[in-house]
Amino acid sequence: MKITEQEVRYVAGLAHLQLTDQEIARMARDLGDILTHIEKLNELDTSGAAPMAQVLYDAPETATLREDQPGGTLANADALANAPLSGAGQFKVPKIIER
Amino acid sequence: MNVPTLTIAGIQEGLRSRQFSAAELASEALKFAAAENPKTNAYLLLSEERAIQAARNVDAALARGEDPGVLAGVPIAVKDVIVTKGLRTTCGSRLLEHFVPPYDATAVERMEKAGALIVGKANCDEFAMGSSNENSAFGPVRNPVAPDRVPGGSSGGSAAVVAQGTAVASLGSDTGGSIRQPASFCGVVGVTPTYGRVSRYGLVAFASSLDHIGPFARNVHDAALLLQVIAGRDARDATSAFAPVPDYRQSMQQDVKGLRIGLPKEYFDGLGDETGLQIRKGIELLRSQGCEVVEVSLPHTQYAIACYYIICTAEASSNLARYDGVRYTTRSANAKTMIDMYRMTRGEAFGAECKRRIMLGTYVLSAGYYDAYYLKAQKVRALIAGDFQRAFEKVDALVTPVSPFPAFKLGEKLDDPIQMYLSDIYTITGDLAGVPCMSVPCGVTREGLPVGMQILTRHFDEPGMFRLAAAFERAGGFSV
Repeated sequence: MKITEQEVRYVAGLAHLQLTDQEIARMARDLGDILTHIEKLNELDTSGAAPMAQVLYDAPETATLREDQPGGTLANADALANAPLSGAGQFKVPKIIER
Repeated sequence: MNVPTLTIAGIQEGLRSRQFSAAELASEALKFAAAENPKTNAYLLLSEERAIQAARNVDAALARGEDPGVLAGVPIAVKDVIVTKGLRTTCGSRLLEHFVPPYDATAVERMEKAGALIVGKANCDEFAMGSSNENSAFGPVRNPVAPDRVPGGSSGGSAAVVAQGTAVASLGSDTGGSIRQPASFCGVVGVTPTYGRVSRYGLVAFASSLDHIGPFARNVHDAALLLQVIAGRDARDATSAFAPVPDYRQSMQQDVKGLRIGLPKEYFDGLGDETGLQIRKGIELLRSQGCEVVEVSLPHTQYAIACYYIICTAEASSNLARYDGVRYTTRSANAKTMIDMYRMTRGEAFGAECKRRIMLGTYVLSAGYYDAYYLKAQKVRALIAGDFQRAFEKVDALVTPVSPFPAFKLGEKLDDPIQMYLSDIYTITGDLAGVPCMSVPCGVTREGLPVGMQILTRHFDEPGMFRLAAAFERAGGFSV
């Protein structure tokens, strides 16, 4: 299956992933190879199979339901400790709206 | 004390008979790890302070006449995709180079409560994506058995520290074989329990319908004991199983006379000569212990890799969306706008394999392709799981190779992602079906490279799996 560089650029946009021109060329080749292997699945008639959305669940559907209970939470400073940029108890990001 | 040959039982005996204190053991083990680590690069970080504090707590409990726990004083390494409060957790990624988690994973919490010493964080492929540990941003791990070869991946560091003797046991994670394959390459025991058996709270998510935490150890008993401690329902992981955790020690004392073992014929076609020879020797040994060996078929095996690489990349592309430059330590210095912050942070910090999987996952989930890829793969997954269900109506366990070949040379497969993916063929199916599976050492090739034999059993039948593995070990299977 052939994947064009234009398709790679489109998907990279969806993934919010910046790629260099060199990476785009390589990605087109790699994705093409992998998708060619994946085409093998078309040999298989799956019309009778239900999709396996859940791997394993060994309890009644309501087993995880319970009364609301207040629990511990991270302190504001701990939650922000790994932020690249923070201030006034908030995560800081580049300006989104121009005034 | 001889650090590289310690076992959990040996440590308990040594502590109780006062041959050594936990604090002495901790400092010896850390000293040994620091001296040996440059040979393999298996540890990304040694946690002296935390291990010695835990050891002092064990000694204090012993002095008070209290039970210090079943893992008292046991030096254990934790794969660097499992979070540890206050201990840097990088996931083998440049993106999380400075990430210090504010909480502990449930598995880590349970081990420490049982007296374990967390001695360090083990190297791994970036976000657990890889089969050779060459995708770590902090350099590859060398196989302790053959330093010019890979230790396997993605839990390469976790396997190497146990093989090298710089930890008695370790935690790894497995999504498509990332525990069993490195265990087989390094000649140690590696266990992927039933899906949901161990809480993933605190395991950095890669592919949520496939991710498992599991133990590495140098013998079956130690692996089972470690699993015993970390297994069981955890309200903080909604996918963790409710089933009670049986006492694995009981099953390991039983013989295996009359157990029915299935050999899936699809796993023995195209198998490397030497690996095949070793696995067949292992099977003969099980037969000599009284097992009945029959051939079975898992007819959808040939579709497993395609199915897996759709599901795991789709889930990874969603899970890795959180690394956007806002919360997790790294942000591109060149970004001026919000969108550039996302794009450039991710483009600059993710390695090649992560990018490849994010791209493939985004592609298969993109508008118009969902039915053709993700939905199709989920249906194929159901067929693969059905194969196992039918096989387990006829047999108690399946025995297969772990990898088609032993540890390969560093760099040998790095430029060919498809070849690397295809090498996961025997391990991926167990993850897709969610059944428990493990790798046990099964001798070595002429060159002295370890071969691993895989044992798979029904959902939650870890007791049956350990029973077979322990009998195999007792009969000399590790050096067959």
